[in-house]
Amino acid sequence: MRTPATARAQVKDLNFWYGKFQALKNINMDIADRRVTAIIGASGCGKSTLLRCFNRIHDLYPGVRYEGAINLQPDGLNLVDKGVDPILVRLLVSMVFQKPNPFPKSIFENVAAGLHVRGIRNKTELEGRVEKALRQAALWDEVKDRLDKSAMELSGGQQQRLCIARALAPEPKLLLLDEPTSALDPIATAKIEELIDTLVHDVTVLIVTHNMAQAARISHYTAFMHLGDLIEFGETQQLFTNPRLGQTQDYITGRFG
Amino acid sequence: MSIDVPMGTSERAASAALVRKMRRQDVIFAVVGVIVLVLVMSLLMALVIDLVHDGIGRINYDFLTHFPSRRAARAGVFSAWVGTTLVMFVTAFLAAPLGIGAGLYLEEYAPKNIFSDIIEINVSNLAGVPSIIYGLLALGIFVYMLGMGPTILVGGMVLALLILPIVIVSTREAIRAVPSGLRESAYGVGCNKWQVMWNYVLPSARPGIITGVIVGLSRAIGETAPIITIGALTFIAFLPESPVQGTPPFVNFDWLQSPFTVMPIQMFNWISRPQPAFHVNAAATGVLLLAMTLAMNGVAIFIRYRLRRALKT
Repeated sequence: MRTPATARAQVKDLNFWYGKFQALKNINMDIADRRVTAIIGASGCGKSTLLRCFNRIHDLYPGVRYEGAINLQPDGLNLVDKGVDPILVRLLVSMVFQKPNPFPKSIFENVAAGLHVRGIRNKTELEGRVEKALRQAALWDEVKDRLDKSAMELSGGQQQRLCIARALAPEPKLLLLDEPTSALDPIATAKIEELIDTLVHDVTVLIVTHNMAQAARISHYTAFMHLGDLIEFGETQQLFTNPRLGQTQDYITGRFG
Repeated sequence: MSIDVPMGTSERAASAALVRKMRRQDVIFAVVGVIVLVLVMSLLMALVIDLVHDGIGRINYDFLTHFPSRRAARAGVFSAWVGTTLVMFVTAFLAAPLGIGAGLYLEEYAPKNIFSDIIEINVSNLAGVPSIIYGLLALGIFVYMLGMGPTILVGGMVLALLILPIVIVSTREAIRAVPSGLRESAYGVGCNKWQVMWNYVLPSARPGIITGVIVGLSRAIGETAPIITIGALTFIAFLPESPVQGTPPFVNFDWLQSPFTVMPIQMFNWISRPQPAFHVNAAATGVLLLAMTLAMNGVAIFIRYRLRRALKT
């Protein structure tokens, strides 16, 4: 384990409802700065719901309600506050989705999309930041000669790394990954895991995964959720080798879930 | 390689019979499908072939460049095809932005409440209103109340009203078919709603939207009732003013105020005369109208093909 990190975000008494259904119940956890925090749990436990609170993507759908706070440091902006514009939240927090979903545009335009939105028009700056993001996402060498080609020509694994580059280009405060490898083959998965390992030098990563081995491999902290409750949260090594609760033990050893 | 399934002889025979029965069902449906297809296609082909057989001999340069005449052999469809083209231009220019805008608003912006439900039901109902009703509406409002007269502008407006529901409904369907993943990822990079719509949703929906517009125009091009209702002329021996001119400002909108006729009216006019020579003219006009519609659909297919390729590669 590296030296204890300061918190990049603090989740405080977070409750979330889809209509009348309460999907998250009183979640409290700290997201360590420049570390990988994994959220695990069975389908329907609310792990993706929790992740999607961080960039307010829930707000696209009617009938959702937040209570509590996600304070983004250093200034403690409450991401789920009604008064905070979801667009501002998404400018601060980037997300990569389960299915690779590049835009039907060129590779360059994909990575530059977030920069355009932020009003960056200068060509030199755009080119520099696109290259940097593609290098960070370990994709530069594969695509540097065909930046003007459609992103749809790339393989699934490349598309997902492109989506990671797109998310990284605006230098977000927090990078959300929603089961980023579940649609990929083992080799592409390994590449992305390797990539996440190098990313944490610069960004804070919050990842939802179905794959417990993946959580154990790549994360520093792990949160185990069940039916909307955060059951156990701690350092990954400790949670996987010596969980405090029997329920966690049962899940990670495959006795339920 | 066969997999050895331990089964008794009677069981095996029973499952063989079941498989045969299932296969038979497939064959029966395929045969019925082919029969229906052949029936419909041959009916349509008979109509088209009959029309082409009657009319094709009459189509030549003179037919396209002559005005209507009392003598069938000298009559042509010059004013009709120019009128149809100009009216279609106005219709497309009005129906596309209005219909796409309304469809986008209803699908993406409108709050879901009783009012939007009522509007939604009514838009769908409007698509089924007989076209002559639109003609009466235009006659009452545009021609009499606003005193606009039976001009190309009014003709274009009434046809635009007529096809608006088609454009709106197909726009909404095209937008609904855009995968939600594209929307989420666009919002995810920090876009506002307009940026998501303009940069991602509308381009993805474009093939479907264009198809809707062309389907609407294809319907409008053959409409006779509303055009007659507003009082378009059936016999017209002059052209509207040219939309382009040699002197600045190079464009001229006087043609919008011009009286006009269109292909279906010309056809109707000729078919209702007793002399058989005029019936040949009508058939020839029918062939031309068919060709114009096919050309329009061809353009739609071409655009769609190009856009699909542009999106994929």
